[in-house]
Amino acid sequence: MITLTDFLIVSVMLFCIGLYMIVSKRNAIQILIGIELILNAAILNLVAFGKHDATNNSGQVFALFAIVLAAATTAVALAIILNVYRKYKTIDPGKINNLRD
Amino acid sequence: MSLVRVLFYFMGFIAVASALYAASTTNLVRSIFVFFVTLFALAGLYVLAMADFVAVTQVVIYVGGILVLILFAFMLSGKETLDVLRQQKGKFFSIGKLPAILLAALFFIVMINVVLKADVNNLSWVKASIANNNTITPNAVMIDNIGVNLMTRYLLPFEAISVLLLMALVGAAHLSRKEAGA
Repeated sequence: MITLTDFLIVSVMLFCIGLYMIVSKRNAIQILIGIELILNAAILNLVAFGKHDATNNSGQVFALFAIVLAAATTAVALAIILNVYRKYKTIDPGKINNLRD
Repeated sequence: MSLVRVLFYFMGFIAVASALYAASTTNLVRSIFVFFVTLFALAGLYVLAMADFVAVTQVVIYVGGILVLILFAFMLSGKETLDVLRQQKGKFFSIGKLPAILLAALFFIVMINVVLKADVNNLSWVKASIANNNTITPNAVMIDNIGVNLMTRYLLPFEAISVLLLMALVGAAHLSRKEAGA
């Protein structure tokens, strides 16, 4: 039987890898992948705890909401990245130093 | 050790290892493609947590939607994006990444401690749910229950997320349009 602690440990590992990617990467697309990893760690927690809620399905339903939220975030973030690339010719967040013009 | 446990460790290992590889490689395309593997392994973990519908949604939306979107944006942005990557140091343990590694490691230590000390398997509501037979069993069909709950109990969040999705769609289309008149 898989215990809840096992799921939480895998989720903590994924969260820390995502955190490392967000802090260290110099590329907006890889930072986005780090954010997706953190979201997936959260979804894994929701699903693992949702196993113990068979009547209301709260964990699974909110995992679905989180997945849809991630899709919306990614679409907007990629549009912003494309715009930033068009303006600065780079997607390194360290080199982008002003918001408009 | 049962087969389910072996499968859990196998998929957890694949998920963590591929995420580590995606974090450490300097090749952006390889990083994106390895992220596919992480998402598939996570879908497997969702199945082991008795959430088949969430696993299918994960495969459809993440792998079919988000990753194709990322690849599409990456291919559109031209080959100068790769030059950014080539400039940075190739090693995983370079001195510039030390703060990031330190931050992640400290977070890891703190959160592992919290998880091990919290003793989540003996939470009162988890025990009550096991005692009341409210835990999902492997042969239960949950999809119709999820559908009914989505349309009754969680109708307000459902509507809110649909409005948010529409807003994100319009916003993304507005942001990525061609510059014509400001």
